[in-house]
Amino acid sequence: MSLNVGFLIITVLKIAGLLAWVYGLLWGLGQRTWAAKLVTVVGAFAVIQLAISLPFGSVTLFSDFDSGLLFQACTMAMVALGLNLIYGFNGQFSLGQWGFYGIGAYAAADITYRWTNDDARGLLVVGIGVILIGLVILVVHRFLSQYTGVPVMSAFTLYLFGSIAAGAVAVALGGAGHAALAPLFGTKAAPGILQSPVVIQLVFFLAVLLAGAVAAEISFLFGLPVLSLGSDYFGIATLGFTIVVNTLMINSDTILPFPEMKGGRGMIGIPKLTNWFWAFAFLLAVIVVMRNMIHSSTGRAIMSVREDETAAKVMGIDIANNKLLAFVVGSLFAGVGGGVYAHFIGFLSPGTFDFLVGFNPLIIVVFGGLGSMTGTITASFGWIFFLEGLLRVILGQLGTEAPTWRFVLYPIALLLLMLLRPKGLLGTVEWGFLKAPWVPMRSRAEANTPPQA
Amino acid sequence: MAIPSSSPASPAVRARKPGARLAWIGKVFLSLLALAVGAILFRDLVRDPRLFLQIVISGLQLGFVYALIALGYTMVYGIVKLINFAHGDVFMVGSFVSFYAVTRFQLHVWPSALFPDVPYAVVVIVGPATVILLSMLVCVALAVTIERVAYKPLRDAPRIAALITAIGVSFFLEFFGALSFVFSPRFIPYQRPFDVVTWYAKDGIHLVTSAQAPPEGSITFSNIFLIIVLASVLTQLLLQFLVRRTKIGKAMRAVSFDKPAARLMGINVDRVISFTFAVGAAFAGLGGVLYAIAYPSIWSQLGILPGLKAFVAAVLGGIGSIPGAFVGALIMGQAEALTMGYISTPMRDAVAFTVLILVLLVRPTGIFGEPEKEKA
Repeated sequence: MSLNVGFLIITVLKIAGLLAWVYGLLWGLGQRTWAAKLVTVVGAFAVIQLAISLPFGSVTLFSDFDSGLLFQACTMAMVALGLNLIYGFNGQFSLGQWGFYGIGAYAAADITYRWTNDDARGLLVVGIGVILIGLVILVVHRFLSQYTGVPVMSAFTLYLFGSIAAGAVAVALGGAGHAALAPLFGTKAAPGILQSPVVIQLVFFLAVLLAGAVAAEISFLFGLPVLSLGSDYFGIATLGFTIVVNTLMINSDTILPFPEMKGGRGMIGIPKLTNWFWAFAFLLAVIVVMRNMIHSSTGRAIMSVREDETAAKVMGIDIANNKLLAFVVGSLFAGVGGGVYAHFIGFLSPGTFDFLVGFNPLIIVVFGGLGSMTGTITASFGWIFFLEGLLRVILGQLGTEAPTWRFVLYPIALLLLMLLRPKGLLGTVEWGFLKAPWVPMRSRAEANTPPQA
Repeated sequence: MAIPSSSPASPAVRARKPGARLAWIGKVFLSLLALAVGAILFRDLVRDPRLFLQIVISGLQLGFVYALIALGYTMVYGIVKLINFAHGDVFMVGSFVSFYAVTRFQLHVWPSALFPDVPYAVVVIVGPATVILLSMLVCVALAVTIERVAYKPLRDAPRIAALITAIGVSFFLEFFGALSFVFSPRFIPYQRPFDVVTWYAKDGIHLVTSAQAPPEGSITFSNIFLIIVLASVLTQLLLQFLVRRTKIGKAMRAVSFDKPAARLMGINVDRVISFTFAVGAAFAGLGGVLYAIAYPSIWSQLGILPGLKAFVAAVLGGIGSIPGAFVGALIMGQAEALTMGYISTPMRDAVAFTVLILVLLVRPTGIFGEPEKEKA
């Protein structure tokens, strides 16, 4: 077997270095002062960027392949963090995360694809629609809060028809807005102001945020009825959701009115507007939002639902609302991850969003430890680099069946882990920034005055 | 210290109206939905009753196969509360075993190979029956091994550990089966152990031959359809007998009701669980062979979607209930066949899961499910 030992060692070192980088980042973010946090983020970015752009002689420290893996790891970490919020912290066994990831990817890709093809409707319709549907949800929620114990089906009907009406208004308004903006796109020979690179990058940024919002609103509408089912039923219903989303993707040009998505052939021509930096930036945002949420009273309410629903209810916690909140925020992270992912290679295939692949985030979350953000991030990076990087190289010696062998070996690893450490690698341990923050027991003024003897 | 008594008319708390007043909205929505579906189906029935009946027959064929698989899911879930994701792959192994038994060893004609004078009628019954029995035995051995190696050590672990393990076993079987020295990474045209004979019904029942094609306006059905229906109904009756009338059935019911108490009563819980897996796997093996005969194209991921749909059928009927699995599977088969016939083939999965969600919303424990006990 002609395995290149030197390459192997370098790869292992690279993975170790990367994990050290992740932990260093989390440690630095956990420092008290803002300056230290800023230095950490900039430093973490600079280290990778230098490794990518500075070759040592003939050896590139961090090849394009590695930076692609890093990108994948960052998006996977976003999806897995969202799932950890739903499943690890809130205890709702969800297999729908991959569907929301796919929704985010296709929504964002459609927005930028249309924009680069002189069509502002993608951005306008989705943007207006997200805002209007959000308003409708707020209004209906406000209305329903006058009542106690509203039947789920009635609430769902109200939300659904409100959202459909808002969506119809958004399509009309978006069409009108597009007609107004059309001259600004210019022609192929003389691109207008809306086709300048800065605007397109801005559209990408908006598209990613909107993708997250779309995923969040769909998860709200879907989660409202489905979360009232029991835990295993919820799991199966969400698995069904992923399968349905995948079916719709495969038939997006026949059943759904989106010819540009090209159905099962895959969507091509998406502008490549992202690199690992954007994934890293969005991952940082997701980490910060999630950490602050978990260590707030909302987060404690979410965790109490996992521990014991009856006890939580007795303590006055609204179980249904907290489940829905965790589900919506988790799906939002997945949508953002998908939105970033869509712009990396400029190609989206429904095969990527198959429900079999959708078990990956679940396995990552369980590997890292349910209810441990540190574990999830570690597992995401380790997973991508180990499976895609190292194992692919080792098994590459086996010839054409290498990909299959990969999937033969990793269930065995999974079985061993489950038999030896059923709580995951890290359990519920947190590290650095993700630890529960130091909470002053007294106010600062009180703390500064010496106690009266 | 006096505790202020909370008065009902406290100005801080706004009185909230009972939400039951809004129940009509959901009911109207559901009734409209049901009406629309019913109206569309009725329109199709009136427009072309023959086509409708043909679709219903194909739906029955699908539904009875799902029923065979769903029994394994519902029994295992009823006893160990585990979604046995690997069950669908056991089903796949069943169809592959029969395929290799037929192509490599000509097991389906062994009576005539050993005794050349045996009449053809005996060969055509005994041979395929041997193939099916062999598949069932291999499936039983596989399922019991899986249970012993993967699930048993995790019986006291959190439920998710067992579930992840089940997913892992399922992946292992799918991709191990895809290796070229095991089964095959490709779709394989299935070689049937017996020939499929098709009849058509118009002015009596006639055989479809290469010379005599079915005329316009007739309904066709095949021997495999009849075998699937017969096998499924017989299995159902057998299982009912097993669970209700035998000692091991009583033990199964006891274990599913309360495991520690059953153990205290002297029931060997591990053996009962293994037995449950074995019975489920035997039916899955039978289903695998029949499914492959009916839809003759097999590959290593064959079991995923039928397995999932069978599980959905079990949930639909009320998981843990054996007649529920049967009824749920029939509903599932009809929903899929009607979708394929009247909407579009790719939407079959979407409709299957939509039906599940709607039924669970109306009856949270499924059609035959018992209401869940309140947490003490």
